[in-house]
Formats: sequence, structure tokens, C-alpha cells
Amino acid sequence: MKILVPCKRVPNPDLKLKVANGSVDLAGTTWQVNPFDEYAVEAALRLTEKGKGGERVGEVVVVSIGPKDTSAQLKQLLAMGANRAILVAGDDSALDSDLVARILRAVVAAEKPDLVITGKQAVDGDDNQVGQILAASLGWPQATFLASILLAADGKSATVTREVDAGVEERRVRLPAIMTVDLRIIGKKAVRNEALAPATAEWEDTQRLASLKGIMAAKKKELREITVESLGVAGGILVKTLRHEAPPARKAGVKVASVEELVAKLHNEAKVI
Amino acid sequence: MPGTATLVLLETTTSNLRSASQPAISAARKLAQANGGSVVGIVIGSGIGAAAQDAARYVDKVLCCDSPALAAALAETWAPVLVAAVKQTGAAALVASATSTGKDVLPRAAGLLGAGMASEIVAVMGAKSFRRPTYAGNALTDVEVLTPVAVATVRQTEFPPAAPAASAGTVEAFAPGPTDALGAEFVALHASASARPDLTEAKVVVAGGRGLKDAQNFKVLEELTDLLGGALGASRAACDAGMVPNDLQVGQTGKVVAPELYFAVGISGAIQHLAGMKSSKVIVAINKDPEAPIFQVADYGLCATWESTVPPLIAQIKAVKATG
Repeated sequence: MKILVPCKRVPNPDLKLKVANGSVDLAGTTWQVNPFDEYAVEAALRLTEKGKGGERVGEVVVVSIGPKDTSAQLKQLLAMGANRAILVAGDDSALDSDLVARILRAVVAAEKPDLVITGKQAVDGDDNQVGQILAASLGWPQATFLASILLAADGKSATVTREVDAGVEERRVRLPAIMTVDLRIIGKKAVRNEALAPATAEWEDTQRLASLKGIMAAKKKELREITVESLGVAGGILVKTLRHEAPPARKAGVKVASVEELVAKLHNEAKVI
Repeated sequence: MPGTATLVLLETTTSNLRSASQPAISAARKLAQANGGSVVGIVIGSGIGAAAQDAARYVDKVLCCDSPALAAALAETWAPVLVAAVKQTGAAALVASATSTGKDVLPRAAGLLGAGMASEIVAVMGAKSFRRPTYAGNALTDVEVLTPVAVATVRQTEFPPAAPAASAGTVEAFAPGPTDALGAEFVALHASASARPDLTEAKVVVAGGRGLKDAQNFKVLEELTDLLGGALGASRAACDAGMVPNDLQVGQTGKVVAPELYFAVGISGAIQHLAGMKSSKVIVAINKDPEAPIFQVADYGLCATWESTVPPLIAQIKAVKATG
């Protein structure tokens, strides 16, 4: 089983975003792996190991598009346990979902994975498009917003559950496929490869951290840098970002001292009860 | 008017238009003004003739793509139908509400069309330009789609429900091409059983967070919720801690709500939670931490524990309701 995991670097979502003069100022930010992509890596690692801490069977390849600095995020994913990393060097501020999907399509053509797993969205652009566009362009099935993955013993299909508005939906999907993952995918028993791990297998209820051993091992792992041009992908975007602005601030509210005052205000002032 | 129609994917039950699709119709009307053409709805499914008639009350025309092979909303089969409908109608835009189906299917259709897509738009700025939240709602970003066809999903809370048109539109059968699910298969929907209104449509939402500490403690919030005829919500922290099911999650990665009244109880107000509720009309925050960021967006803040406030709050709301 070879799994390709596209990962995006994003600005630290916990830092206050600076929006001024029509643009977002990211000069002072710190960068990290998009949380959903990190969950995708965790899922890929679980699908290729014999239970928690077990031997890796198969290969997890992480790929990112970004400036050279993005190698820091890729090294972190190698330290988590990914086997190899590919950095497609380029300006990640000048991409749209379509161009990302076309670059990834070329990477898929070169790597020929059995499965592509990525986050359902990046927490900066909040687009939620790349997985679906990539699936469309490859003619592969897609399984989006996944809460669990059970890979069949023969490696040819998976049973998945998806977070949908009405509850949880169960689907079966043939491989190769594109999967995008939601929060629940890092649950203890959310992901398992029937061929490798027994039904009783459990992992930590979160994505794994890079261990010291993992960090040492990562130094010897391949991190290959390639260019968009070498993949034969022409530039050009379909969606142009015109400008950013800060959302209107809510007007400051009032503090009330008691439940009585709260109920009185909701009844007489806001007239909502 | 070929080349100028606006196509809108309308989700249905077997008999009705789903209310979740109504905001998409309103957005499509705005686009149709910019495009100078009509609004064409498309319904996809199996045995949906009655639903097509219901949907026709809101749009100029409904394409009804009714086939047993399309019963489940699989992006693999639905996206090619949308592509065929865009081509047949010469539509300049394809929109749908940003439901879990819309978010699954439309990007695939955009991919097949080679069309640019704007996700979760909150405003139509022109025939090809849209405003949408990014960075968990900490920025509003204007984007321009550069392709002949623009694809967009619509944030439901930001567009009003559609009003029925003066005269109902026509319903036309739309034949799907050969359907191939590419090995994807619907197995089952494990629906969340709740007698309460849908979280995204409720007029009142009562949400609890990490401060509730335990699943058992949500009972008192449920009492407040039911007293107000509202829906129960939760922060990601409460969902992650297993206190409530994940489909109650409000936030950037959960549901986006904009009720008339939002109670945030024991919720600190992380950026990603605020992204899902700050468009609410009136926000009430109850939190024992005076520094909790939730107070910065709350219209009414009460700095106290939920244990000491929610039970008397329920009693006093009952009293107000009794006296009118």
C-alpha cells in the first residue's frame, strides 16, 4: 500500500490575523502544517502499520507545494513517520485550488499511489476543493469529510464514514481513491487496515507527535525538491484573489451582573424571549 | 437567453425542496440579475417528481433528473449530471448551498468543467466576483472567477430563504447520461435522532463548551434549549471530549449558524468557534472566566459559572413566558 498525502503549510491559526490595505499581512507569522493534513498523515500512518507502534508495511509519501522553508513542515511529517517527502518549490501565495490539483495530479502520475489522503480543507483559504477537483481530474472516486476508514484486507476497497449535515454516512469506495479527512479521523479506532491490524487495535486519541527517535530517523529520509515546470504543469489560475478586508467588528456588548438583569435585557431590550 | 442562465442545484426529499437549498436560490437570483438571465434549478435523485414540482415554485425552470441510479447523492454520479446541465443550458454560473452534499459535489463538477469555484460565498459582488470568508472568518476575501462558467457554494446563513415566484416555473425531464459511480457506493445514513429543529435553521441555539465538563451536564442545557424551542450546539472542545456528538459542533470546521439568539455556555470563544456563530443576531455568553474571548463578541455577558446561572435562568425565562 502506497499512500500519498498532500499537505499544506498554513499560518498559525491561533495568532491574530493582520488585515490591512486590502491584504493579509503574514510577515510576522509562524507556519505549521494544516491541522487537517496532519490528521491525514496520521490516518495514512495507521493504514500502513501493524497496530500502534507496529512495523510499517507500505509507504507514506508526503507532498507539499511552497517555498523552500516548507521543508521544515515536511521534516516534521517525516519525523512523525512518513517515509519520504516531496517539496514542489513554488510561491504558495499565488495558487488556487485548480492549480494545486493539477500539480498534485502530476505527482500522482509519477508516484502512482494506491490512495491519496488529505485534509478536507486548509484552515487559511477554507476552500475545501482540492481533493474533489483532483478526484475529478483523475477520474477516481472520492470520499470526503471522513470520520473513519476501514481498509479491506485485499487492499482494493475501503468502508468509510463521513461527517454529513444529517449525521454520519457510511460508504464503500474502490481504490485508488481520493479521501479527505475531518476531525474524527484521529479517534482511537477510527482508522485501520484489516490486512495489518486486528479489530482490537487502538491508537492514541490524537495525531502522533514526532519522537526524538523519529526526528533522528527523519534526517536520513529522502526530501526531494522538484519544480512545477519539471512536472510539466503550466501556471495559470482560475480564481483570482482581489482583496481582503477585516470583517466588521461586532459592537461591544454589555456585561450583566445577574440572571435577573440578563433575562430583563433579553425580554425588554433585545426582545428575543 | 442562452449563455446567461444561472443553474442552481436544489436538494430535495422525495416530495419537497429542502429548506437548506433556499439560500442558494436567493444567491442564484442575484447572479441572474448580474447575468441578465433566468434561474434554472436542477433536482437529482430517484422518484423526485413531486419534489421537482415543489422546487418549481421558486425558480423559472426546473430540470428534473430522475433515475434510480442517482438515488444517493454521490459526487461521482451527480457531478457529471451538473456538467451536462451547464452545457445544455449554456449556464454562466452553477451554485448550490454549502451543505455537506454541495461541498462534496460542486468542487468535483468545477473540476470536470475546468471552471473556477468560490466556496461558501457570503455575497455576490458581480457576475463573476464573490465575497467569502477566509482564515476562519477573520478575513473577508473578494475573488474573481476567470473562467466562462463560475461555480460557487453559498453560505446558508448569509442569504435569505427564497420567496416563491409570481408564477411557478416549468418542470422538464433531464436525462442523465450513462452513470458510473466509479466504485463508490452509499451504504447507510446513521441519522442523528433529534426532535429539535436543525442546528442551522433554529431561531435559538444553546451551545455548551469545555466548561460543562461532562456529558451529563448537557442535560440542563437541553432543558434551556427545549424551553426556547431551539437547537443544541457545542464547541469543538466539547465534541472532542466526547460530551456530545460531533454533528452538534459549531465552528469553522463544524456548522455555521446565525440564529436570532445564541447562548454560549462555558465556551471560551476560540477563533474557530467564533467563525461559526458570530453572525448570530443576539449573543449571550455565560463564562466564569472574565477574560474569555467570547465576551468580546457577546451582546450580553454574564461572568459566572453555568451551575449557578443556568437553573435560575430557566426558572426566570419560564416566569417571563408565563406572564408574556
